[in-house]
Amino acid sequence: MKKADWLIPAAAVMTAVLWYAFLFINSTDGSEVRVLVDGKEYAVYSLESEVDTVIPGVHGMNNHLVIHDGYADITEAGCPDALCVHQKAISKKGETIVCLPNKVVIEITGGEKGEYDAVAN
Amino acid sequence: MQLQTNRIARLAVFTALAMILSWMESQIPAFFPFPGMKLGLTNLVVVFSLYDSGPADAFSVNLIRIFLSGILFGNPYSIAYSMAGGVLSFVFMILTRRSGLFSVYGVSMAGGVFHNVGQILVAAAVVQNYRITFYLPVLLVTGCATGFLIGFLSDEVLRRIGQKAF
Repeated sequence: MKKADWLIPAAAVMTAVLWYAFLFINSTDGSEVRVLVDGKEYAVYSLESEVDTVIPGVHGMNNHLVIHDGYADITEAGCPDALCVHQKAISKKGETIVCLPNKVVIEITGGEKGEYDAVAN
Repeated sequence: MQLQTNRIARLAVFTALAMILSWMESQIPAFFPFPGMKLGLTNLVVVFSLYDSGPADAFSVNLIRIFLSGILFGNPYSIAYSMAGGVLSFVFMILTRRSGLFSVYGVSMAGGVFHNVGQILVAAAVVQNYRITFYLPVLLVTGCATGFLIGFLSDEVLRRIGQKAF
């Protein structure tokens, strides 16, 4: 191993830390839960509401969304790897839970009406 | 003529090896909690052929094995993911090798890191949401770790078999 080899993990760790710091500084408590299926808005819930619902993904497989105590979480999924179920519950603006096979994205937003909502309306 | 035959045989052996490792890896249950996190055993063959046969041959081995193992063990989506990761990581492995600054460890770690970067870029494009880059830091670090491991294995193999062994 050469000394220069250490530059790669060093650069990777530095980028990782900077990226997290950047995301952390930009994080505020969210107020709404947006559900996207295949890139399109499927539903919007208030983060304060109590929700227990099933979201149909693109290939007929479902994701079970629960909003409780100000946290949104996927508790069950029909996809084979269930990676979205292992992702932790989210509450901060900009946080997401992603199910790639079903193309389902749960994201927390600040609640202000953005341009996407204007288009959807 | 004989050189050409030798080259065809060598590429075939490498491609077959890469596919066996792909298959082995697909049999390991996904115990990593994040998408795109893999050991990257196949990269052992790509790194070895990069040192043994040069960039052109290593690139063909890489492309053929992504395509074939995608058809055999995956689906069109997994081919797109592997292709993005495979091509991006390969470009950076060639750059790090060409620079002459790095050993096989550095080359392999660059490969691991940029494989993950490529995959998360495709993932962001597929779900049309850049916020998936929340996983980027985790994937950068695990890419280094798996790249180090593959670098170690490649180093040991190269040392035992040597370059231009075939």
